[in-house]
Amino acid sequence: MLFEPVKTPAMAALRPELPSIKASEILKRPEPLAVINDRWGFQGYLGAFLARTTSWRNRYDLRPGLYAFGTPGDADEILVTANYKLTFDKLRRHLRGRNSWILVLDTKGINVWCAAGKGTFGTKELISKINEWRLHSLVNHRRVIVPQLGAVGIAAHAVQKSTGFRVHYGPVDARDLIAYLDNNRVATPAMRRVRFNWRDRLVLTPMELIPSFKYFWKYALAVGILFGFQPGGIIFANVLNQGGPYMVVGAAGVISGALLAPLLLPFLPFRSFAVKGWFVGAATVAALWAIFADSSITRAMIEDPSYYALWFSAFSVVFIPAVSSFVALQFTGSTTYTHMTGVYKEHKYALPFYIFAAIFSIAIIVGHKLFLLYVEFA
Amino acid sequence: MRYLLNVNTLEYNPELCTGCRRCVEVCPHAVFEMKDRKARFVDKNRCMECGACQQNCDTGALKVQTGVGCSAAILQSIFTGKPAVCGTGDGSGAGCC
Repeated sequence: MLFEPVKTPAMAALRPELPSIKASEILKRPEPLAVINDRWGFQGYLGAFLARTTSWRNRYDLRPGLYAFGTPGDADEILVTANYKLTFDKLRRHLRGRNSWILVLDTKGINVWCAAGKGTFGTKELISKINEWRLHSLVNHRRVIVPQLGAVGIAAHAVQKSTGFRVHYGPVDARDLIAYLDNNRVATPAMRRVRFNWRDRLVLTPMELIPSFKYFWKYALAVGILFGFQPGGIIFANVLNQGGPYMVVGAAGVISGALLAPLLLPFLPFRSFAVKGWFVGAATVAALWAIFADSSITRAMIEDPSYYALWFSAFSVVFIPAVSSFVALQFTGSTTYTHMTGVYKEHKYALPFYIFAAIFSIAIIVGHKLFLLYVEFA
Repeated sequence: MRYLLNVNTLEYNPELCTGCRRCVEVCPHAVFEMKDRKARFVDKNRCMECGACQQNCDTGALKVQTGVGCSAAILQSIFTGKPAVCGTGDGSGAGCC
């Protein structure tokens, strides 16, 4: 027997713990890591919320390997997925009661599409997991169902050549999985299209807003220090009295680029994200002007001996659209339809504009501060 | 939705096409359709350079330059001269996604 180690008394004495492995055990069905169901529970919802809003998503993973959903048998499907917990949970939810095997690849806790782009959800990993979990002795068919967006990293013909398993590409959205399975693993053209409706865009905005606001706090601090400092020391009243409006336009630029631009995406003019972002920013300037034109704040700015209204208007008109444009351009990394060549091209044209806007804005705000000091002390 | 027109790098050589349909199957933007047992473009401008068709084309009839369309990674590559890489979960790359 190939798998029966030759045991002599001497060997047994040397390594008494060595078990004798029988061929039948090797050919036995592999044991899944766990038996799972479609319930999320409080932890699932909390985890999903944190993953959508915080850096929690960077470590929201699970152990790669084979899982049994319900009580699958040797004729049931093998579904391949990533070890990002939110991805895994969505798959579980949409499987409803369908018994199946789930093969989780090690994608370092990253979702299927992104991981496929990076190559971790890839041909090599799939082949190695098929062999490691001995899928040949698990099922009596030779097919695995891979999410369509995983195709970016998987060469179906190479997987089949190496393992004998034919890759069937499932629908883009796990929501359609049951319909796809019921349709004899044929996806309708609609199931093959990736979409980007307002809901898809909305869930992405927290992770656009929150990282952008990290830069905003630094900006607000710098503005506060600039307007607070006087030759005689720090005057805290000035931090908000004089710096406050400048802080507000910074926040307006971020909200415009990270929230309004993604939400209004299809309605904004032109295809370029930098231009789309600039347009929302310009609209934000117009909206702020319409709201505050007749307010006591504006009157106080106009009557201010440092020509506050003039400096501040010049700053806002350039700064808000520029920030909005830059932040909106960051969103290209999250969309489902932008391509890298285009994003490169946008940067080539937009970067000089951003550099100009940054220099102009710094010159105006520092100029204003110096003029304030001049008015006060001259 | 279509992004900037006439700049994507997708190339297709119909002579190498064996009609296996994989490109039609994997493309998330329905760039291809089958006609007379060969693939052909429906709308090349819908391509987002994800690379799924190239990856699954056994004969190399499809070529496309893929990469992350992520601004943070591209900015980093413009300023450092290194290729644009996204976070891969092991601390390398721009770490944005």
